[in-house]
Amino acid sequence: MIFTLHIWRQKSPQVEGNFSTYTINDIDGDTSFLEMLDQLNEQLIHQDEDCIVFDYDCREGICGACSLVINGYPHGEKTATTTCQLYMREYKNETELWIEPWRASSFPVLKDLTVDRSAFDRIIQSGGYVSVHTGSAPEANNILVKKNTADEAFSAAECIGCGACVAVCPNASATLFVAAKISHLDLLPQGKIETTERAHNMTQQMEVEGFGSCSNHRHCERVCPKGISLQNITRMNNILG
Amino acid sequence: MSILNAKEPIGPLEMRWKKHLFDLALVAPQNRNKHKIIVIGTGLAGASLCATLGEAGYRVSSFCFQDSPRRAHSIAAQGGINATKNYQNDGDSVWRLFYDTIKGGDFRARESNVYRLAELSANIIDQAVAQGVPFAREYSGYLVNRSFGGTQVSRTFYARGQTGQQLLLGAYGAMSRQVESGQVTHHSRTEMLEIITIDSKARGVVVRDLVSGELSTHLADCVVLCTGGYSNAYYLSTNAKGCNTSATWRAFKQGAYFANPGFTQIHPTCIPPTGENQSKLTLMSESLRNDGRIWAPKNKADCEKNPKDIKEEDRDYFLERMYPAFSNLVPRDVASRTVKYICDEGYGVGVKIHNQRLGVYLDFSNVIEKIGLEAVEEKYGNLFEMYERITDENPYETPMKIYPAPHYSMGGLWVDYNLMTTLDGLFAAGEANFSDHGANRLGASALMQGLADGYFILPQTIANYLARNTFDDIDENHDQVQAALSSVKNRIDQLMQAPDAQHSPEYFHQKLGKVLWESCGMSREKGKLEQAIVELNDLKREFWQKIKVTGIDKDLNQTLERAGRVADFIELGELMCKDALKREESCGAHAREEYLSSAGEAKRDDENFSFVSAWEYHKESAKLHEEHLHFEFIKPTVRNYK
Ligand SMILES: Cc1cc2nc3c(=O)[nH]c(=O)nc-3n(C[C@H](O)[C@H](O)[C@H](O)COP(=O)(O)OP(=O)(O)OC[C@H]3O[C@@H](n4cnc5c(N)ncnc54)[C@H](O)[C@@H]3O)c2cc1C
Ligand code: SF4
Ligand code: FES
Repeated sequence: MIFTLHIWRQKSPQVEGNFSTYTINDIDGDTSFLEMLDQLNEQLIHQDEDCIVFDYDCREGICGACSLVINGYPHGEKTATTTCQLYMREYKNETELWIEPWRASSFPVLKDLTVDRSAFDRIIQSGGYVSVHTGSAPEANNILVKKNTADEAFSAAECIGCGACVAVCPNASATLFVAAKISHLDLLPQGKIETTERAHNMTQQMEVEGFGSCSNHRHCERVCPKGISLQNITRMNNILG
Repeated sequence: MSILNAKEPIGPLEMRWKKHLFDLALVAPQNRNKHKIIVIGTGLAGASLCATLGEAGYRVSSFCFQDSPRRAHSIAAQGGINATKNYQNDGDSVWRLFYDTIKGGDFRARESNVYRLAELSANIIDQAVAQGVPFAREYSGYLVNRSFGGTQVSRTFYARGQTGQQLLLGAYGAMSRQVESGQVTHHSRTEMLEIITIDSKARGVVVRDLVSGELSTHLADCVVLCTGGYSNAYYLSTNAKGCNTSATWRAFKQGAYFANPGFTQIHPTCIPPTGENQSKLTLMSESLRNDGRIWAPKNKADCEKNPKDIKEEDRDYFLERMYPAFSNLVPRDVASRTVKYICDEGYGVGVKIHNQRLGVYLDFSNVIEKIGLEAVEEKYGNLFEMYERITDENPYETPMKIYPAPHYSMGGLWVDYNLMTTLDGLFAAGEANFSDHGANRLGASALMQGLADGYFILPQTIANYLARNTFDDIDENHDQVQAALSSVKNRIDQLMQAPDAQHSPEYFHQKLGKVLWESCGMSREKGKLEQAIVELNDLKREFWQKIKVTGIDKDLNQTLERAGRVADFIELGELMCKDALKREESCGAHAREEYLSSAGEAKRDDENFSFVSAWEYHKESAKLHEEHLHFEFIKPTVRNYK
């Protein structure tokens, strides 16, 4: 297959970026989206050009590093999928693809398709944990947890911290990400004790980082590769009172 | 000839760690803030260590190359984590996990270390549950266990197919709490490129800011490497793309011995490669072997057929046939070798690459019939979905195709019982050290080891080191600091300006991978290993002549990052081959064709090779030291899974 790629190139956070257009040939359907970019980069090295920078690591949909907006959709149009799990068989031959970084002022572009998501780390630092000292934990089966509750907590804990929810949100809000962590810990007896303080601290940090607030556009749930549910936002709002 | 002192305690096995803990010196709480510790790598081992050291009151500086500690490769672990809770009342105990690990490692690990690991395993589950790790539970609210690769008890705890993710998020949370408290200063997107050694002690590191490309030096009282494994030496592996050996290789060159580099694990259940441009291989969790049946066609003529059209009597369930007692649950090395054997004999299925079909079937039709589609979906839904996503085939209808892939490195930096390398003040934890898995790692035991190292062992042994040593004040202007910095600068210059720049890092990495896979993979042989050493020497020379890195070094430059890692992998690859060549026996994952029984089983040679090989760096050629292993409690027996 052949693809025309319009890729966002930006040298640094300070300078303006723009789209550059490339053509790539000989791509077969079993090639992943990122492998196609690898091949393009090989081509660029051959032509003495600086490679296109993009984030990735696991390439299995679990680390949350990959982060491309493809034809306007964070992680591409396919639902419940990270960019690294997209295969070129999803696209018709000779499609034009527009590839951009996450766009949000709290995620400044570092270079090309790579953004700075350290704001997410700082939100977790503000309270996204149970304050337990190593060594002070009780025997694990002393506190029982209903299976349904544990499963629900797990579903919230699946968030990979990719930031697609922010990228798609008209307000660049991080509410789904924050609510997922708050819900995960709120559901479990171990996390319940600190729940109110945690919710306040994390939402406050979200504001400090410049993320917008939630006005129920609900795009986030649709693009989330892990299917994090909006119910988490409801639960968070109930905790915040 | 051995100068290695493992500092193992003596006496009854179950008292060793307790006694050792008592003998270790402590640092009083009010003095801890005076000590600074550098931790490189914040996966399970590093994050758990940072959290615990921070809580104790030490000042910690941590580094990782990803954009957040939460993205370390540990996040990808699927299957689970072992612990000797014996919740299932099926005869499990500390002793049994100890026994299984020693036996699984084919008697090439230290008894004292392994026993300690088994002892600590239960505490890890307690800690993780307290952090809010949502392990699978029964309807009664109790924790669930399952049996996992190569064991006959159910001792594995899991969180759907995402156990590593949940454990790492727990450790990352605990670490984040210490960042908030100010005890831990963390640096993401920063790569360690050199260890700073002063008066024969590790006292700091040179790092590169991966965004700006700037180099800087960081000094401390000791340094800990938690930098993961090196399976990516093979190019295609189940590891994340960024996994590398650079930190451990720099340490090796500074005087830390490298142990058992040739012990690498090839995992039996991975999705087979489909083409030349593939960038990585995906693991299908070993838990699938609990219910899936592995088979290949009995007749070569059937290899091209749709599996549905192959009659039941024409299917060879070869693991069940060859290993009736353990059948589809034989340890990884045995399963991998048998699958390779079947494909080499011409019974493989799937697409042809280089004229060979690399795949066998993993079939779920029996279990679907037995327990129903829904129950299978509940158990394996996410794995089946992952398989379908990648291959476009539905495993509920068509059997999966699997083939072995490099997965885990048992080898790593040599460490003593305190997890300190042969370089004073340099510790290594998690997959980066060689400590507990001998010649083969059992499933669900790497997560356990990384967390035991980080939460429970190192915080104690590091305190001992700090209490028993004095640390002169040093600053950035110290000769050794400047020398380390300029050696890093020189190396980067050489990568940026090769005399005859032609080929990308990928080009060299793929070449290296091919050599290693063919000569130092699932089976090894003297002639091929010797040939590989010559080839890798040539490849190294070619690399420094022809490596081509575009862009500039003072910038976010992923090509430069890759080039540096590949350079180290090539050198490590040579040492892997040397180690495999020197070990004239088969044991665990190390299968030398000359030392296999006619049935393809490893012939261990305890008389001559019951040792850990520990390689010392020398410019001309690395030198081998042997740490002889003493089995006081378990008599080495032939590993028999028939
Ligand atoms: C697909 C897969 C599934 C697995 N499933 C299981 C399982 O079910 N059960 C089990 O027990 N084990 C499993 N394993 C093995 C297990 O996941 C790993 O052995 C373990 O997580 C390693 O943890 P670690 O902390 O040692 O290293 P990692 O998690 O690899 O972390 C390494 C850290 O070092 C950093 N780093 C590396 N080099 C540098 C450098 N030069 N400078 C700065 N930072 C650096 C990285 O940024 C990272 O933070 C699996 C492995 C794979 C590949
Ligand atoms: S909520 Fe979903 S989209 Fe947002 S960071 Fe988490 S996984 Fe990504
Ligand atoms: S690269 Fe890890 S989720 Fe995509």
